[in-house]
Amino acid sequence: MLKIACPGCGVRNYTEFRYAGDANKVRPAHQVRDLGEWYDYVFLFDNPKGPHREYWQHVLGCRQWLVVERDTATNTVQGTRFARDGGGE
Amino acid sequence: MRFLGTRYSAAALVRHALSGAAWPPAWRSPQPKSSYDVIIIGGGGHGLATAYYLAANHGVTNVAVIERAYIGSGNVGRNTTLVRSNYLLAGNTQFFEYSLKLWEGLSQELNYNVMLSQRGQVVLAHDPLQLDGLARKGNIMRLNGIDAELLDRGEVMRMLPYLDYSPRARFPILGGMLQRRAGTVRHDAVAWGYARAASGFGVDILENCEVTGFERNGSRVTGVKTSKGSIAAGRTAICVAGHSSVLAAMAGLRLPIESHLLQAFVTEPIKPFVDHVISFGAELFYISQSDKGGLVFGGHIDGFNSYTQRGQFPRVQTVAECAVALMPSISRLRLLRHWGGIQDMTPDGSPFICRTPLEGLYFNGGWCYQGFKATPAVGACFAHTIAHEEEHPLVRHLSLERFRQANGHDEYGLGNWTYKQ
Ligand SMILES: Cc1cc2nc3c(=O)[nH]c(=O)nc-3n(C[C@H](O)[C@H](O)[C@H](O)COP(=O)(O)OP(=O)(O)OC[C@H]3O[C@@H](n4cnc5c(N)ncnc54)[C@H](O)[C@@H]3O)c2cc1C
Ligand SMILES: [Zn+2]
Repeated sequence: MLKIACPGCGVRNYTEFRYAGDANKVRPAHQVRDLGEWYDYVFLFDNPKGPHREYWQHVLGCRQWLVVERDTATNTVQGTRFARDGGGE
Repeated sequence: MRFLGTRYSAAALVRHALSGAAWPPAWRSPQPKSSYDVIIIGGGGHGLATAYYLAANHGVTNVAVIERAYIGSGNVGRNTTLVRSNYLLAGNTQFFEYSLKLWEGLSQELNYNVMLSQRGQVVLAHDPLQLDGLARKGNIMRLNGIDAELLDRGEVMRMLPYLDYSPRARFPILGGMLQRRAGTVRHDAVAWGYARAASGFGVDILENCEVTGFERNGSRVTGVKTSKGSIAAGRTAICVAGHSSVLAAMAGLRLPIESHLLQAFVTEPIKPFVDHVISFGAELFYISQSDKGGLVFGGHIDGFNSYTQRGQFPRVQTVAECAVALMPSISRLRLLRHWGGIQDMTPDGSPFICRTPLEGLYFNGGWCYQGFKATPAVGACFAHTIAHEEEHPLVRHLSLERFRQANGHDEYGLGNWTYKQ
């Protein structure tokens, strides 16, 4: 089973977390009116087969948002940290 | 030109039995040529069907299907084989009915028994709102000339007596909708039948050959790089199921797609018991019985993007819970096998069959749960799109640009990225 080491709670089964998508995406500034930028942000994905930086929320634990580096071809997790410490976007 | 091999028939069977001669391979295994009019990347059901209809409907026979592994190794050989045409949205209703009509004539057309079994599918309703929804869908189907019957609780009980109707049932069954023409198809036979028929028209099927990049001339795609060298193509078509984003990246494109793992399950074989296809209404869960006797079932994707083709155990558990909630009598059956396949997931749950921003490059992908039943219609409509350099009328709503135009095509009405809800 995929395990994620929450920096707050320790190693837990992935079922305690909620997957929340690509953490490399940069949200356009709130006042951006170019719909193309929003389209990119909402709809387009690199979706790589290999290393991927992604958000997970520890919904059944400390409820913190995490940035997890995982290889999508093997499910090997390379690193986990709190999203609030940066490393997302 | 057609059917370079032996035509299958009762007479051929007798002839071969008496002479003891070996049957010729069902399709040729040629060396790659240096160029083709059309190259199709991906030898799954969709790629092979597209090659077949290019030849059969459009006379385009200088075609190669390039498959990185062997024919049938992808989702075409991993799915749960359900075919049906009970879709609600304009566009979907007609497309999936076209597909079911093609299934109904496919064994004859291909001279290959794909074992279509129109055993009927019952979708269950567990609350009045769901039953109203099924009535609405059924009416839309009937207005389109598609068979649909609304069942009340008593009718479902007579038809499917082994479901849980007790007062303790977690999700009481109020009724359901029956499509009699829905059923199952032998999935491997679909790959082999299309491969054989396409090969018979002269299409080259190149197995164990991986596409690793595209040849470009400005914004035009002029061929592919493969593990066996470069091959030129007038037109190039992507048909790689869960790997659409990987191929798109080779062409410098990003897609509205995430790749996800879907599991399927089969139990040890038992005597004939489940005569129909049954879809649970309280969760995404469906079950049928194979000719070998195993109960075949499936549920949701695992829930996070993945290319591993290896399912996570918690999903085995939740799917088994659905099975037992619906049919308590199977609780002691043992699971024989379970496996996974990688499928594209799109924001609205609908696929893409279209041109791309690059000239000479065509795209069929984004097939979430519903790609197997669509196989013949995908083949016919994608072949048309490639041959005419313009989308077939039945797939005009399936363009890559639809999200930019706020034109998502969301059959289940669950909003953006169905799986994330
Ligand atoms: C577990 C499971 C159950 C399902 N159940 C159903 C169902 O009951 N009903 C239904 O309608 N649909 C179902 N589906 C969906 C359906 O199986 C797929 O949508 C459909 O098979 C996809 O089209 P395909 O047959 O062409 O895919 P595939 O058979 O996967 O073909 C794609 C091919 O592309 C090849 N490829 C990938 N990359 C490259 C490359 N670089 N170079 C060359 N070749 C490449 C792959 O090896 C593969 O053979 C299910 C899917 C899964 C995983
Ligand atoms: Zn935690």
